[in-house]
Amino acid sequence: MSMSGRIFDLAEVSGRELNQALHDAAGGESFEVVNPRGAHAVACGITADIDVVVRGSVGYYCAGMHQQGRVRVEGNASTGLAENIMSGEVYITGNATMSAGATGCGGLLVVGGNSGARCGISMKGVDIVVGGNVGHMSAFMAQAGNLVVCGDAAADLGDSIYEAQIFVRGDVESLGADCVEKEMRREHLDTVSRLLGAAGPIARGVFAEDFRRYGSARRFYNFTIDDVDALAAEARAERWNASSGGVYGAEAVAEAQRERRAELAEFLDDEQ
Amino acid sequence: MIAEIRRAANTGIYRIRGWGAKRRMPTLDDLVFLGASMSRYPLEGYREACGTDVVIGEDRAQRPVRLQIPVTIAGMSFGSLSAQAKEALGRGASAAGTSTTTGDGGMTMEEREHSSVLVYQYLPSRYGMNPDHLRMADAIEVVVGQGAKPGGGGMLLGQKITERVAEMRTLPTGIDQRSACRHPDWTGPDDLEIKIGELREITDWQVPICVKVGAARPYYDTALAVKAGADAVVVDGMQGGTAATQDVFIEHVGIPTIAAIPEAVRALRELGVHRREVKLIAAGGFRSGADVAKALALGADAASIGTAALIAIGDNDPAYESEYRELGTSAGYWEDFQAGTDPAGITTQDPELSARLDPVLAGRRLANYLQVLTIETQILARANGKSHVLNLEPEDLAALTVEAAAMANVPLAGTNWVPGAD
Repeated sequence: MSMSGRIFDLAEVSGRELNQALHDAAGGESFEVVNPRGAHAVACGITADIDVVVRGSVGYYCAGMHQQGRVRVEGNASTGLAENIMSGEVYITGNATMSAGATGCGGLLVVGGNSGARCGISMKGVDIVVGGNVGHMSAFMAQAGNLVVCGDAAADLGDSIYEAQIFVRGDVESLGADCVEKEMRREHLDTVSRLLGAAGPIARGVFAEDFRRYGSARRFYNFTIDDVDALAAEARAERWNASSGGVYGAEAVAEAQRERRAELAEFLDDEQ
Repeated sequence: MIAEIRRAANTGIYRIRGWGAKRRMPTLDDLVFLGASMSRYPLEGYREACGTDVVIGEDRAQRPVRLQIPVTIAGMSFGSLSAQAKEALGRGASAAGTSTTTGDGGMTMEEREHSSVLVYQYLPSRYGMNPDHLRMADAIEVVVGQGAKPGGGGMLLGQKITERVAEMRTLPTGIDQRSACRHPDWTGPDDLEIKIGELREITDWQVPICVKVGAARPYYDTALAVKAGADAVVVDGMQGGTAATQDVFIEHVGIPTIAAIPEAVRALRELGVHRREVKLIAAGGFRSGADVAKALALGADAASIGTAALIAIGDNDPAYESEYRELGTSAGYWEDFQAGTDPAGITTQDPELSARLDPVLAGRRLANYLQVLTIETQILARANGKSHVLNLEPEDLAALTVEAAAMANVPLAGTNWVPGAD
């Protein structure tokens, strides 16, 4: 990708100077960053509709909390790439290590290579497309958005997932707690097709029909709370009916429950 | 205990409740001030000045936080509290010249508009985390843990996940929400240093960044927070409150506030930053100016209150005694903050109950309470001859029990014996 615009050489200037310039930028400006050499927090907190190209690999939290515009990294990225992205696009040609797109609320993150553990952890609406594989516990506690994996997914995919959707073309080593495979319907094919198209060259020759969908079984949304006392009250009422020949089942149950509540209130009074 | 066994047997679920630890343990009540004597002379209680201001972040932040009093309002979420309660906390804190803090679930505009100094919590769940709000804050507090549950995440039960709360947290309405206990994109102190660097970059180094830990290993946690670049460390003792947590967690994890402060101070002193670049905010069970003054004497720069602030704005109000009775409890004993049925309209999302709380009057009550805490702290500082509350020192204290002496590292009263000291 060719670029024109201001050039920041991180061998010469600090990341602070770069980020301040990006934060002060007006919409429509372009920036090129060279010699990132694994620097952390490169191009984080962008709020304007600008274009940034980083030529080389970056450290933690590149494009963190991205809100507008486009950031393209020609290299690899370490932990927390585009964490909490709100909108806009972040594109990386290489691999990302852990927690890419973590807690992202919107926008698009494209990882050309593989993404490590916990890709899309706690995602809240972001769309993530990974050209290769994702590491273990990806989409852990994912709340909303779409994770599209063109390769394979490692163990415990989608553990404790909420309403996010996961689409995997290759093998899934194992699903995490409460994550299940779901039917791939027309709207899901459309979603995957749209995101593959948005991902650009890394998704050429990849088709939505080859993906399988995973999501929440929603079994863990609420605590399971037993009420043995209520069952006991019903049993007492049934015994009462049987012994008295009564036919007042519902009233008898209610009476038994009132007795139970009175006992409890008396007990709590004593406890206080 | 018998009641709890019966409850567990009936429901099959562990007990969840609010408030903090209630078990018997050494507290700041086990310390006394020595006051003035032949070798120390006091300041006139109503005539001579006794400063109470605290500054956080002067070393790094473009806009340090300047508090007029050494008491802050701890993080409590919208969701666990009603919007009216959050507004009241903001109003009261602002009137008293101090800060209030968001919580798990993000920032509400009611809270921002009524808080002159608002600290934005950055939590493991990142519910409602919005970089615009981050920039609107006067300080950031990276939450590693809290005193009620060091190692545990937040909890908000379904009855309080209304549409507004659910939307802010991007969750389905009505679910029993259990927050993450670890941050999703960093895993240790070295990572935290990089994370704090990112937060400073995103906010253009404008505001201070604090790190909050539950009192577990305060010496090491404080040292690591300093190494990570914190402007202040918040150490929350096990008496610290919660809106909803497993009872077994509240009562059995963490160490008391009296034991945590000296260890945190030791770390700050060894690193040469105590009462200088890095401030210490103690939390967990503070109720009175005596508690605040003792914490400052042990080396804290400020104290943070949560549950006491809720009581100040109206929680457990005897005016609602009949309703507390209907709930099987009594005013003064209500701790089911998780239930969403708070008659006082504070720990609830029920619109009818919430409407009972007048944020203006409740804020005024909180401001009055904060004023009393501050004046009480000044009374004790002057009695010990101090012209600023931060001049209080361990030498002003004695312990009433061997345990308190050992934990607080001050002499047992009437002796020069500090158990465990070399």
